[in-house]
Amino acid sequence: MANEWPLWEIFIRGQHGLNHRHVGSLHAPDAEMAINNARDVYTRRKEGVSIWVARSTEITASTPSDKGPMFDPAEDKIYRHPTFYNIPDEVGNM
Amino acid sequence: MYAQNVSTGTQGVRDADELSPEEAAFQARIDGNIKIEPKDWMPAAYRKTLIRQIGQHAHSEIVGQLPEGNWVTRAPTLERKAILLAKVQDEAGHGLYLYCAAETLGISRDELMNKLHSGEMKYSSIFNYPTLTWADMGAVGWLVDGAAIMNQVPLQRTSFGPYARAMVRICKEESFHQRQGYSIMMSMVSGTPAQKEMAQDALNRFWYPALMMFGPSDKDSVHSDQSMAWKIKMNTNDELRQRFVNETVPQAHYLGLTIPDDDLVWNEETGNYDFSQPDWEEFKAVLKGNGPCNRERLGARIKAWEGGEWFRDGLAAYAEKAAKRRVAA
Ligand SMILES: [Fe+2]
Ligand SMILES: [Fe+2]
Repeated sequence: MANEWPLWEIFIRGQHGLNHRHVGSLHAPDAEMAINNARDVYTRRKEGVSIWVARSTEITASTPSDKGPMFDPAEDKIYRHPTFYNIPDEVGNM
Repeated sequence: MYAQNVSTGTQGVRDADELSPEEAAFQARIDGNIKIEPKDWMPAAYRKTLIRQIGQHAHSEIVGQLPEGNWVTRAPTLERKAILLAKVQDEAGHGLYLYCAAETLGISRDELMNKLHSGEMKYSSIFNYPTLTWADMGAVGWLVDGAAIMNQVPLQRTSFGPYARAMVRICKEESFHQRQGYSIMMSMVSGTPAQKEMAQDALNRFWYPALMMFGPSDKDSVHSDQSMAWKIKMNTNDELRQRFVNETVPQAHYLGLTIPDDDLVWNEETGNYDFSQPDWEEFKAVLKGNGPCNRERLGARIKAWEGGEWFRDGLAAYAEKAAKRRVAA
């Protein structure tokens, strides 16, 4: 139908100072109402201290078929992890 | 359950060698417990079935507000009123989480609404029964939300990502619903003889409709196999119904209430309660639209939708104007 409110993606920062996290979406006529509605839909039990809303149409996502070329190159770079290196016990905690 | 008798549009489950390479890869992901996400390839029948199932589930949450909303203004204390209001508001939230999950499959919110209002999509049979006394608020929370939990907890592991994530949110909130219902029942049975009688009467009326929530018996449930292969159904109807009876009977005994079933008996051998089946003819009639409250429920939904149209349009018009003004400025 022509008059359907647009869809918004909702991001919420929890109590403990972590990043805003995507929690879901909802319909609202504008950003202000999206925030008001997000408060009622996603934070009824103090799940957050801050809300971001973004129009769903404004989000660009990577395509699932690109999953291989996008993420596989990181697979064989195990030297990016600290556990790759053997440090003798005598050196102490590092 | 909240989604009963969902058709998959398929004839049984096909063997692995009958699947196309795409279908086989899809099934392998499901078998490996890898979540399917909205942009991933999926068989058309999987998409269609999920829209039906999640849509029906969402409609149940929304229509399910009506029998309880009926008692908000008549709750016996201010505290009970606030609790019931919070519970009903949660159900609205559940509906919204689920509608959004369904929309990721390519159906719009308005389409879903229209399909509910035209009767093309169903909601759970349970909400077509009336809530006649305050004790019914106890029975609904205890039994109806209790049955819903039985079904929703395993669905947190369902194969479709957005559905599974909605279920995780919902399950976090359901326990409060069941406990507030049981707490009403505890108050009623420790009240006057008339109040205890009300509690028993509510159990009598809601017991079999609650058993029907799990859907027809496995032998009559033609779409179960495909849905289970796709992991959009995690347990059979009879399994969940049995689990529900096993958990609920001791809770009724604690209240000093009697389950309205003369054949209910603990079976030492199977480790289950044997119990009577609900009247499946009644179930079919309710699904067809001939339950005690079908017309009233659907009427209330349509009235709210049509009566709210000017308001939705007004807000949309305001948003459009404000956006234009921002561009001009
Ligand atoms: Fe719910
Ligand atoms: Fe609930």
